[in-house]
Amino acid sequence: MTDKERKELLRQLLEKHKRGELKPADRYKIPPQDMPEQDAVKRRKNVNEVATGYTETHARLEALRCLQCKKAPCIEGCPVQIRIQDFVAAIADGEFKKALDIIKENSLLPAVCGRVCPQEVQCQQTCTVGLKFKDPTKAVSVGRLERYVADLDQDSESVPVVAPETGMKVAVIGSGPGGIVAAADTRRAGHDVTIFEAFHKTGGVMVYGIPEFRLPKAIVQKEIDVLAKMGVKIVCNFVVGRTRTIEQLMKEDGFDAVYVGVGAGLPRFMGIEGESLVGVYSANEYLTRSNLMKAYDFGKSADTPILRSKKVAVVGGGNVAMDSARTAVRLGAEKVYLVYRRTEKEMPARIEEVHHAKEEGIEFHILRSPKRVIGDENSHVTAIECLKYKLGEPDESGRRRPIPIEGSEFTIEVDTLIIAIGNAANPLIRQTTPGLEFNKWGNIVVDDDCKTSMEGVYAGGDIVLGAATVILAMGQGRIAAAAMNNYLAEKKKSRGSAHG
Amino acid sequence: MSHKIVTKRQLSEDVFTAEIEAPLVAQARKPGQFVIISINNEYAERIPLTIAGADPQKGTIRLIWQRVGKTTAELADMNVGDNIVNVVGPLGKPTHTENFGTIVCVGGGIGNAPLLPIARALKEAGNKVITIIGARNKELLILEDEFAEISDELIVTTDDGSYGRKALVTEPLKEVCQREPKPAQAFVIGPAIMMKFCCEVTKQLNVPTLVSLNTIMVDGTGMCGGCRVEVDGQPKFVCVDGPEFDGHKVNFDLMMKRLDTYKDHEQSSYEKYKKHGCKIGLDKS
Repeated sequence: MTDKERKELLRQLLEKHKRGELKPADRYKIPPQDMPEQDAVKRRKNVNEVATGYTETHARLEALRCLQCKKAPCIEGCPVQIRIQDFVAAIADGEFKKALDIIKENSLLPAVCGRVCPQEVQCQQTCTVGLKFKDPTKAVSVGRLERYVADLDQDSESVPVVAPETGMKVAVIGSGPGGIVAAADTRRAGHDVTIFEAFHKTGGVMVYGIPEFRLPKAIVQKEIDVLAKMGVKIVCNFVVGRTRTIEQLMKEDGFDAVYVGVGAGLPRFMGIEGESLVGVYSANEYLTRSNLMKAYDFGKSADTPILRSKKVAVVGGGNVAMDSARTAVRLGAEKVYLVYRRTEKEMPARIEEVHHAKEEGIEFHILRSPKRVIGDENSHVTAIECLKYKLGEPDESGRRRPIPIEGSEFTIEVDTLIIAIGNAANPLIRQTTPGLEFNKWGNIVVDDDCKTSMEGVYAGGDIVLGAATVILAMGQGRIAAAAMNNYLAEKKKSRGSAHG
Repeated sequence: MSHKIVTKRQLSEDVFTAEIEAPLVAQARKPGQFVIISINNEYAERIPLTIAGADPQKGTIRLIWQRVGKTTAELADMNVGDNIVNVVGPLGKPTHTENFGTIVCVGGGIGNAPLLPIARALKEAGNKVITIIGARNKELLILEDEFAEISDELIVTTDDGSYGRKALVTEPLKEVCQREPKPAQAFVIGPAIMMKFCCEVTKQLNVPTLVSLNTIMVDGTGMCGGCRVEVDGQPKFVCVDGPEFDGHKVNFDLMMKRLDTYKDHEQSSYEKYKKHGCKIGLDKS
């Protein structure tokens, strides 16, 4: 469809829409609006954002595809219950500010979530239009619409209103999505909020993990800037558990409540032979070098090196595996293999990421997994020996269990192997906070209010759920902040009456 | 937070020491721990440096480093009053300090820097401390006076005999471990190859040995695994499981290979810096 055709179609539809004559049948006929993207070959050589964004015409056409169902199943599918149907209606009517305000009732990070939420298993999975076409990618493109209105607002200077100072101090540990939201919501209630971040830059996984070509860092920075404008203090290079413990923060440094949003920062390795050879990376290391430390610019404007590999294998099937593979492409690899022990159907990655990875020339080797890593006399990786797999009965994850096929060994020549099979909870908080209850996976145990076993201490995000998503972290950050605000109000009252 | 350089001295041709402002680190640190620094946010790299000492009253920590590449050279070119933008710590598990009885501490070259606070802590814990420090030549020998102050016995060696006894540190180490009674525990810190050979000596003579490893690091908090080494065949992260490990179980050969991962990158980076280094402003904050 050309731009001209698109504009003409929109004009016709809007006329009908204004007369109240748009029927579901008409809406089903509107072609789903593809996201404009950088050319697949060209983008292998740059880290600019791949999805370049809808125009107004795209957005309004897409929004008109929404049937405005009575029951709004999309809202059910959203982890934070955004009034999706309403914001989509506003976009159709050209009321973009209104749409954004609706989103912001529940989500503080629409520019991020519009880009990284796995809509196909959330709002778009329950969408009536998607169900009609039996394809969640043909549902109303909720994420793209969310991103559209969020991006329009990027230059806005608006700062949320902060209530009068309460004098109560809140420590937020971690500046990822959970921490950002917990900080914003507690600050809005007038509390004195400090974010403690272990890294030298804020943003958590949104900055060190998710590449620039999927989530521009400037977007995350803007969210952090809003926090600073609200009066939230941000202290980087502060590792809670080492620089100060939670107990010290509360008993000696005067913090009345703490939110633990430290994420799932422990890389999982496979435990196979050769995993410590030169050229084997955890995805965390590979991505942190590339994203946070800008190693793709080594020698020009960055000092952190990264191997400029020729043949790379990435093990895993999630977003992190896709990000790693696509980063390797951009670092100049001739061959990038994605090795996964199940099939594409079981891959947890966003459909869009799998699609983009394939477009960028990454070779998928499904039903395969490395058995051992082979190196040369200098301990450098030269190949991986893999086994072929077949799928059996479902395992604890509900997905069919991969079963190795005996005797099916074969080798793939690579000089780099990236292990992207997931992250577990970093044990530092557990090791330095006696009294805080953890489960057997090392995750913090919380109740429905995200309250932990320690008074005044709340937690959310990956440290509670295991490695999950930005939106789930944000959702828990909001729940925790609401509970913290109640707790602090009570605490302040009883403090006031103690002074009588 | 600013981390201004408060004092700075050159200890030898390529070895420097500085005290920098880092009150939180100074307060919390225990011997054996380290910091990760990066000079600026315009994509300087992160490197681990041992905390050679600290003054919680003044709020400063002492760093000792060897100029081996761009970042350590940039640091060496900084002056009192300049700011190191990022300093995070204290990282790593503190040294295991207890009263073992008689112990032998062995430092090689720049390894004397991390060894000093450990030896001091062990002395304070009531140990009889026999210290062996060595370097390739007199120029590269550091902290002799500081070790003399805290050691019950100090043996100084240089490979070329330009100072002290002409020997590799393994020689006096072997002699000390052959004494009756032999030391209850050895602490060895230095270049990987030196630690490897020292551990071979102590293993043969059955003296339990702890080493402090100095791998490449990025985050320093256990989230990337870049610092992993093989200990007893199992991968361990130096930044959170260490930096101290049982020296008899460390795969030093693999560690040395991993240390060379970015040799070419480091070389080109350093060459470039040496060529254009003076133009890089010290006004970077």
